[in-house]
Amino acid sequence: MADLATEAAVDPANWTCPAPLRDQPVVVMGHGGGGALSAELIEQIFAPAYGNPTLAALADSAVLDLGGARLAFSTDSYVVRPLFFPGGSLGDLAVNGTVNDLAMSGARPAYLSTAFVLEEGVGLDVVGRVAQAMGAAAKAAGVTIATGDTKVVESGHGDGVYVTTAGVGLVPDGVDIRPQRARPGDAVIVSGPIGLHGVAIMSVREGLEFGVEIASDTAPLADLVAAMLAVTKDIHVLRDPTRGGLGASLNEIARASGTGVRLRERAVPVPDEVANACGFLGLDPLYVANEGRLVAFVPAPHAEAVLAAMRAHPHGGGAVLVGECVEDHPGMVVMATGLGGTRVVDLPLGEQLPRIC
Amino acid sequence: MKYIDEFNDPDLARRLLDEIRATVTRPWALMEVCGGQTHSIIRHGIDQLLPEEVELIHGPGCPVCVTPLDVIDQALEIAARPGVMFCSFGDMLRVPGTDRDLFRVKGEGGDVRVVYSPLDALDLARKHPDRQVVFFAIGFETTAPANAMAVHQARRLGLDNFSLLVSHVRVPPAIAAIMTAPECRVQGFLAAGHVCSVMGTAEYPELAERHRVPVVVTGFEPLDILEGIRRAVHQLERGEHRVENAYPRAVREQGNPAALRMLREVFEVTDRNWRGIGPIPDSGWRLSEAYRAYDAEIRFDVTGIRTEEPAVCRAGEVLQGLIKPTECEAFGTACTPRTPLGATMVSNEGACAAYHLYRRMTDGPAQQGSRIPREELNTVG
Amino acid sequence: MCLAMPGKVVSIDHRADPRTGLIDFGGVRKQACLEYLPDVRVGEYVIVHVGFALQRLDEESARASLELFQQLGLLEEEFGDAWEQAARQESGSETR
Repeated sequence: MADLATEAAVDPANWTCPAPLRDQPVVVMGHGGGGALSAELIEQIFAPAYGNPTLAALADSAVLDLGGARLAFSTDSYVVRPLFFPGGSLGDLAVNGTVNDLAMSGARPAYLSTAFVLEEGVGLDVVGRVAQAMGAAAKAAGVTIATGDTKVVESGHGDGVYVTTAGVGLVPDGVDIRPQRARPGDAVIVSGPIGLHGVAIMSVREGLEFGVEIASDTAPLADLVAAMLAVTKDIHVLRDPTRGGLGASLNEIARASGTGVRLRERAVPVPDEVANACGFLGLDPLYVANEGRLVAFVPAPHAEAVLAAMRAHPHGGGAVLVGECVEDHPGMVVMATGLGGTRVVDLPLGEQLPRIC
Repeated sequence: MKYIDEFNDPDLARRLLDEIRATVTRPWALMEVCGGQTHSIIRHGIDQLLPEEVELIHGPGCPVCVTPLDVIDQALEIAARPGVMFCSFGDMLRVPGTDRDLFRVKGEGGDVRVVYSPLDALDLARKHPDRQVVFFAIGFETTAPANAMAVHQARRLGLDNFSLLVSHVRVPPAIAAIMTAPECRVQGFLAAGHVCSVMGTAEYPELAERHRVPVVVTGFEPLDILEGIRRAVHQLERGEHRVENAYPRAVREQGNPAALRMLREVFEVTDRNWRGIGPIPDSGWRLSEAYRAYDAEIRFDVTGIRTEEPAVCRAGEVLQGLIKPTECEAFGTACTPRTPLGATMVSNEGACAAYHLYRRMTDGPAQQGSRIPREELNTVG
Repeated sequence: MCLAMPGKVVSIDHRADPRTGLIDFGGVRKQACLEYLPDVRVGEYVIVHVGFALQRLDEESARASLELFQQLGLLEEEFGDAWEQAARQESGSETR
């Protein structure tokens, strides 16, 4: 891991961007945490280097005009320890994650590519299980894995198996879903209980046991999105709150659209086990990762109908209204607490860590 | 969840708030000592629900915030050495030393591990006899018994590759220091409940008497905090200054005798610097003579590392409630949550960090008042 | 500081060194060191901090606190002067 970090480091002396990373001349784990550090990496290194308006939209997937069709295009790398966890595996994440990134622009995902980075010495049975999981997940999501690549790195230079997938899909006519479209008055809907994936992973890492089964929520969401779009094409924003959780996704949307988001704590669906596991690790469920949930910004007049359609779908059975988009406090997420106070839900800096304080 | 849900009940919270409102007749400044209480106050928005006469001053009870700069620099120095496996609670990784933090040391190849318990670090020492496993033993009296047990076990098992970098702090001397500051504004203390679960309440009557200040041992759930405030205000309005236990389900007068025995064996009282405040006599613990061989400061010869804190930071005055964070020259400019100069900007619960967050909400463009209207709050849920 | 969670002792491993027990935190279970509560029994509630049970939770005290909070409101509703009443009630049990 140390070598990877060093190789990925950028010499600050060569930076031309006006606002260099203020205090981190090397990559730290937080740069991959989906919070403020991740955002800085993109805004200050990648976006200036690649500089084009498509990338500047910073959505989960890019929507491109290609031969008259509107193509959604997305890529993601998957690194998770352990490779297999309650409710899923690296293979499930690698397919569902990219499928969901495409779905968050309203696209019907069609084809995926896959690239494996394997560490010398890893069991072929392990690779086989990951591949099997990917095949099954692709089938379930209705996508075809059309092309792939494999590289092997020396022992000690990887963490068993890394997978990168990319995917394409078509965006239906009349659909324009991106974070910039959030408008005051929009209803904010979450598709089900939050925090399950992150807690399932942590339960393995921290040696937690659960009285009931806590499983990752990993699931493909394109079909759910199609059911929502059947109600109205005028859905403003969709986001799957993976790394950084619901808190990070809502902050990104608030910043991109220049609106505020008002949450109601008591409406946010946090399962007891998630709340209690977070309670003693000192984590906030709002920042815990999900892999099979989405958050939607829907114009208020359509909110009830969209909610009903979501609840009728297997992956949206727990859908609830958690708040709304407002003019106040632009770029910020503010939550009315269960007690009747208010609290600012800030963009997390990097990854959450167990705390004692 | 038993013992949590009942103490989050909004109806009972309203009763306690009504009671505080009915009791208070003039302004009072209370300090909640513990960072966990500050966290709960901010997380639930309790400070906004209190009558305006009651001011909460966020105290120095966050071990992450008050661990002195030179100890952080010692930790960074040790963690960067080859052969060392440096174990820490997650809180400490982001705390900046003079020019970097533990995340950065990790990024540059240091073996820095986050552990949930000091016993996890001990396990690592057992599994990696070829490595020097160092545990960053920070915290108040609550955490000290756990760290004491780890080094006690290491000595018993002969795990000579294990050591502690100790920066333990004690609450009562800090309260005394705050009260003896010439311009101290604090009129009542909410003492840290879990510290007292271990230590008991015997150290407080003398403090309450000497400084004529109410000390209310307070828990962490919203109702616990409101009850602590209610009792402190009640005493102040009557001109009383007693020690009260508003957290009786978890605090006994005698504390935890088994834990106290272990603390006496493993640690001895020492003077300690507090980041943002300065030296406070007898306010810390270090390893006792019998355990000196397990002191990472000596083993890695880093005692020479001494660092000056930035002079511009006025965290000490903030911690004592003498100035608001916004009155500090560095606030929001040289000092932000990303580039903190002092304790109170370091953690989310720090007074300066909390102000920084809320100021963005109130000072942002197109603002029409920062709070969600009260009538809306009442219909929540 | 001092994030600590209440949990119920589910089982005790007397042979473990140091002595440990399995603690249930509302459906989430984790091992904790019980050395500092030598006579704790299965079924009792304890508060756990960084993997150590530090103190027993006293059910009677918890109930008394909640009853007091209930009464605060009731007294106010029924008698108007909650504060005096509560203060009197409280001073009777306040010997800690």
